[in-house]
Amino acid sequence: MKRLIRPGLLIPLAMILVLAVWPLLSGNPASAREAAFTLIMSMALAASLNIILGYTGYVSFGHIVFFGVGGYAGFWAITQLGWHILPAALLGGLVAAVIAWLLGLAVLRLRGAYFALATIGILEAMKALVINLDFLGGPVGMELHFSEYKRYGGPMQSLWMLYWAMVFMAILVVVVSYLIKTSKFGLGLMAIREDEDAAEVMGVITPRAKTWAYVLSAVFPGIIGVIFFFKNGNIEPDSAFRLHFSIEWIVMIMLGGAGTVLGPVLGGGLYQWLRKTLLTSPIFKDYQLVVAGVMLLLIVLFVPTGIIGWLRARSAKLRRVFE
Amino acid sequence: MGEVLFTSAVDGLLIGIIYGLAAMGLTLIFGVMDVINLAHGPLIALGMFGVYLLFTILGLNPFIAVILVAVLGLLLGVVIYFVAVNRVIDAPPLSSLLSTFSVNMIIIGVGTALFTTSSYNVDYTLGTVEVGFFRAPGARIAASLVALLTTALLYLFLYRTRPGKYVRAVANNRIAAELMGIPSTRILALAFGIGAMLAITAGGLIATILPINILAGGSYELKSFVIVVLGGLGNPLGALLGGLILGLIEGLVPVFMKTTWVPVIEYVLFVLILLVRPQGLLGAKE
Repeated sequence: MKRLIRPGLLIPLAMILVLAVWPLLSGNPASAREAAFTLIMSMALAASLNIILGYTGYVSFGHIVFFGVGGYAGFWAITQLGWHILPAALLGGLVAAVIAWLLGLAVLRLRGAYFALATIGILEAMKALVINLDFLGGPVGMELHFSEYKRYGGPMQSLWMLYWAMVFMAILVVVVSYLIKTSKFGLGLMAIREDEDAAEVMGVITPRAKTWAYVLSAVFPGIIGVIFFFKNGNIEPDSAFRLHFSIEWIVMIMLGGAGTVLGPVLGGGLYQWLRKTLLTSPIFKDYQLVVAGVMLLLIVLFVPTGIIGWLRARSAKLRRVFE
Repeated sequence: MGEVLFTSAVDGLLIGIIYGLAAMGLTLIFGVMDVINLAHGPLIALGMFGVYLLFTILGLNPFIAVILVAVLGLLLGVVIYFVAVNRVIDAPPLSSLLSTFSVNMIIIGVGTALFTTSSYNVDYTLGTVEVGFFRAPGARIAASLVALLTTALLYLFLYRTRPGKYVRAVANNRIAAELMGIPSTRILALAFGIGAMLAITAGGLIATILPINILAGGSYELKSFVIVVLGGLGNPLGALLGGLILGLIEGLVPVFMKTTWVPVIEYVLFVLILLVRPQGLLGAKE
């Protein structure tokens, strides 16, 4: 327990909580809640991907595949089997975890660019497969009947419930991510990132460690997918398996700092906030993608360690505070 | 049945050569500098729109326009290299993946703002070629011939000219090449330029036979990934073979099952090849 009361964990948790209660205090709770939902979801997704990408150094480009399969599994259970959202969300996480485990056994043998390419291939294969599966709605996907929300006390109640569920997930991901980082398991992952062969020689059982990291980074997007698509009211292959979104998660991680606990939280929030600002500004409305691209290029070229990494490199005091 | 099969196969092979040409651009860049160019798709799209604009505004013949666009593509590739790639050439793969992806975002962002995502058409035809029962649009055959010619020129360049030999030397061992007095940065920029040129040329050729939109490059980029993995990353001739195989799959599979199963087969094949034979079909055994 003592391990948990450290600034390294408390700072990202405080950030999420402050953002989470902001809609309650703002003049227009509903619209503030929608904005906060997007930000918090991005934080949680970026922090999950960070486990395999930042800690372990495996660039999972098509990571959104777990968000998609989890979302599909949960959505299917809710609409076809009449499940409650809670077991459905757990099912989504379980399906994502099992798929990650099976894929991980095979794909994690590949290194560097080959692994990145394979994850893109898996994503596209899954998307093409789902389009062909009629029981999942094929290319048009599935829709939720509006009356489904009655069960949770009407649409208004459901939206708040889903909002707090997302906040809970973000907190959970950050705690898990922090526990991994400060554990022996996390040390093994970081050893793999620095030099996989050396890590193996030093006694890290690399296939097992890598597979666990992959499963852990997949289970949360699976659950979050169910929450997101339930709130959305429909799911379709194009939105569940869009490569572009998972590359956005990587951008968030890079912006905040890969391999840090706080980085993805900061980066996820900052990226979505910037995106929203650009989208609503009259000058940049049409060019938001260009601005995001230039931003990414500048980060990669000049601040490859991200904001937190850069701050940590500045002073020893900051290194103790930011994990 | 035999006639249908033959026509579908030839159709697939004709488009497959153009896929192969695009993939050659990707694989050349990877082979020389270990960079996966994620701006590949947008470059293909730029080729499409270059030809479209030259054709509709200046009234140029699309096949002449392709040459002009290719030259511009070479220059653009060199610029992209110095802006986005040169600084991260020795960094871990994530850096160059992201820096080329940022170029992707910039090109697609500008392209979407200028052209929206709606579909355009180069309204050009070369009639239909008929041999017995076999029929194919003339433009499609011409485009494939240009793609073959470009491949031949690439090989002449790589094996018969001094800069081409420099490119191969740098691909083989950059440090040794530098010790031999080869200006490696300039050669890397040249190789990136040629890779971009091949992608843009392929895009231009596609524009002469199929409708285009600014996001269309993305699907050809994915096809290029499949092809380079089939042929072996870094092997241009393998890319041509991979392109032909992919074209055959796309031509023949719809004869037997729904067209929507084609991408499933392609991507499953892609992942399987990566797992079982990452050096590709033409790669040497380790």
